[in-house]
Parts: sequence; structure tokens; C-alpha cells
Amino acid sequence: MRYEAPRAIEEAVALLADAEGDAHVLAGGTDLLVLLRAGLVTPALVVDIKHIEEMCEIAQADGGFRIGAAVTGAEFGEHAELKRAWPGVVEAMELVGSTQIQGRATAGGNLCNASPAADCVPAMIAAGATCTIAGPAGRREMAVEDIATGPGETVLGKGEIVVDFLLPPRPPRSADAYLRLIPRTEMDIAVVGAGVNLTLDDDGLCKDARVALCAIAPRVLRVAEVADALIGSAIDDAALELAAAAARAACQPIDDKRGTVEYRTKIAGVLVRRAALIAKQRAGNGS
Amino acid sequence: MIKDHVSTTINGEPVEFLCDPRQTLLDVLRDELNLTGSKEGCSSGDCGACSVMLDGRVVCSCLVLGAEAEGREVETIEGMAQGETLHPLQRVFLEEAALQCGICTPGFLVAAKALLDRNPDPTETEVRYWLAGNLCRCTGYDKIVRSVLDAAAEMRGK
Repeated sequence: MRYEAPRAIEEAVALLADAEGDAHVLAGGTDLLVLLRAGLVTPALVVDIKHIEEMCEIAQADGGFRIGAAVTGAEFGEHAELKRAWPGVVEAMELVGSTQIQGRATAGGNLCNASPAADCVPAMIAAGATCTIAGPAGRREMAVEDIATGPGETVLGKGEIVVDFLLPPRPPRSADAYLRLIPRTEMDIAVVGAGVNLTLDDDGLCKDARVALCAIAPRVLRVAEVADALIGSAIDDAALELAAAAARAACQPIDDKRGTVEYRTKIAGVLVRRAALIAKQRAGNGS
Repeated sequence: MIKDHVSTTINGEPVEFLCDPRQTLLDVLRDELNLTGSKEGCSSGDCGACSVMLDGRVVCSCLVLGAEAEGREVETIEGMAQGETLHPLQRVFLEEAALQCGICTPGFLVAAKALLDRNPDPTETEVRYWLAGNLCRCTGYDKIVRSVLDAAAEMRGK
């Protein structure tokens, strides 16, 4: 195994594109090193992207935020402006692992690891985030919801890396929230997770909404039907019940040790309802 | 196997070592540098026994490649005492018997110091959440949490 730590994205892309044999991007390493130790991957090349400046910084850009793919959970939580504008995205990223894991685990890794239960991904999808992807053919932009295709599978081709997440400008009276269910207080993998992002009009009616759910399908899903149930409503009980029903209808979960199909489906509705109420309250408070 | 040559700083001292690219920072600390205070528990980032500071953040050294230490600052449990003088956390852990077998203790101390460096006056809940990535199978945590709170109070009193 060869270890490389390039300083530029183009250099990282060239290394990955030209690699003979298995090549892996190393961001926080919280998944990759476990796989390496277990012998589940045997890469010929590991490309550490943490020396590439633009992948390690949070910048305010075009009224929104540009977050490098190698930014850690701890850095999300320490960024006061990001936390104010996107509390749901930050709380989702901060749910990933322990203090030690927060110091290493990255949003880009959470996305590219392509777990159906990735916590930061539904929040990013609800936020309407896009990613810049760099590859041998240059750069392109893609919606976050289009990147994972199934457990551990993404659309990324050989030599392609996710460079950053772009969060759009935050309109007035707009906020997000992320909730997940785990059977204990801390440090577990989501049974279900729900990200809700809302914008209210001057009368307090929901004028825009995006909702995404994790751990209820082979990949994190954006569920337009849930958003449609909220848009135009005062986010009252009737609208929340319609939204919860739409969330349940979108579920295609598996039965496993974390939860049954029936339980996950029921909880998806509960979390959508609660996350929508938190987002509504935050939007109304002008946070 | 071509080894990587790594120049780094460990506990304030410049250090150079050669490592296999697959070796973790924990392997390097223990097997190449004879810094055996950091312990190997789970090797998968769950138990925190291998906690070290990397550029000012507490991390599991079992989830860091040795090669990643290039140009970085590493602090281990060996750097916590000043000569013969124990850090207040170390002393209070001993005084209040916050350890039994001791395997988890270096990790707890490194992580607890990282907390107190950021937040000198944490609540019990904040201590428990911060240390949730450090597992102890002996003590039941109560004495550990109390020792961290007591050491924090003593350090604030200075």
C-alpha cells in the first residue's frame, strides 16, 4: 500500500485515476481504517485529502456556505454562523460518533461511504445542498441526493472525488432540523433519521419545504410527497398527519437488529412530524 | 515494502520514524517509539483507550495512519505529567480510585484533559457526553466522572 498526501485536487484526481489496483480516498479514516484493519479492503493506494486546503475549510460563498468534504464534525459544531444558518445540518453531523470520532469523521466521508443510515446526508438533502465532484474530465456539480445509489455504492467513477458541499443562501423565516431514533442516548446508528428544511411566509404558512429520510431504504431518500403535504399549510396537526402518512408510504426498510419494517415505518412518521415542528419553531424565531 | 519517512512532533519534541504505510499511529507509538501508554482496546474507534491529541483534537490513534502524523503535533499520555509532578487529573484519578485494571485510564485522562482545556467548568452531563467514546468495563464510570469534576474544581481554584 502506498500513502500519498497531495496538496491540490488535480493531483489527488490524477493519483486516483492512474492507480493500478484498488485506490481509496482517506478523509477522516473512521470507516476506511476499520476496513483496512479487518482486511476487508486491501488498497494499493490511499490518497489522504486533508492537505488540500479547499477541502478542509468552511467558507461563506454566494450568500450560502461552501463546506470542504474533509471538514470534520467538530468543525461543523464550532462554526457559529453555519450553526445559526443551518442548525439541522450541524446537529446531524454532530450526531456521528464520539468526541474522538467527531475530531476525524467528515461530511464527505459520511456521504461517500454511502450508508443508508448516514446522519448528515438527509440533513444535506433537505438543505438542498449540492456537491462539486472533481474528476479526470474536470468538475461537475450534483445534488447530494443523486450521489449514493445503494449501500456502499455511489455514482463516482474512477478518479472522481467529492470536493465540497454547497449550501444555498438561507431565506428569511427559514430553518432546518434533523432527528434520528436510536435505542440509547448517544453513539449508535440510526434506526430512522429525518431531515426537514422549511421556509415560512409572512403569515406563518409553509411556502417551501424539503424532507429526506435515512435508514428506511437502500439509500437516503428525498421524499417530495412529505414536503408537498407541508407546503401551503400552517404546519398544523392535519398537515403533520398528512406529512407523517407520506413519510410512512415512502418507507422501504429492512428488518434487522436495529428495527423491524413495521417499527421503522411508524417511526419515520413520528420523526418527520417532530422535526417539522422544530424547524417551524426555529423558522418562526428567525434563527 | 517501502517505508514512509515521517517527521512529526510528539509531546513537544521533534521525532522522526519509519513506518509501513498500513501501520496506524497507535502501532507506531507503541511498537516503533516505545510509547506504550496509549493502549490498544478495540482497534475500531469504539473504546477510546488509544486516545491521543492530534493538532489539538482528541482522536483514536487506532484510526489514524502513522504516515498522517507528518508535520502534525501529537500529544500522548506520556506528555501529561510535568516530570515527577502528575497533572491534577492524574493525581485525582489516583486519590479517588477512578481506575481498576487501568487499561482505559490513559485514554480517559487524555480525553478529559481535552475537555477541561476547552471547558474548565463542565457539568456532569457535559463530562458524560464528552467521555462517551471512552469505555471502561471495571468502574461503572461514577468515580471517573466524579474525579474529572473534582480535578476541574481544583484547577479552577488555582
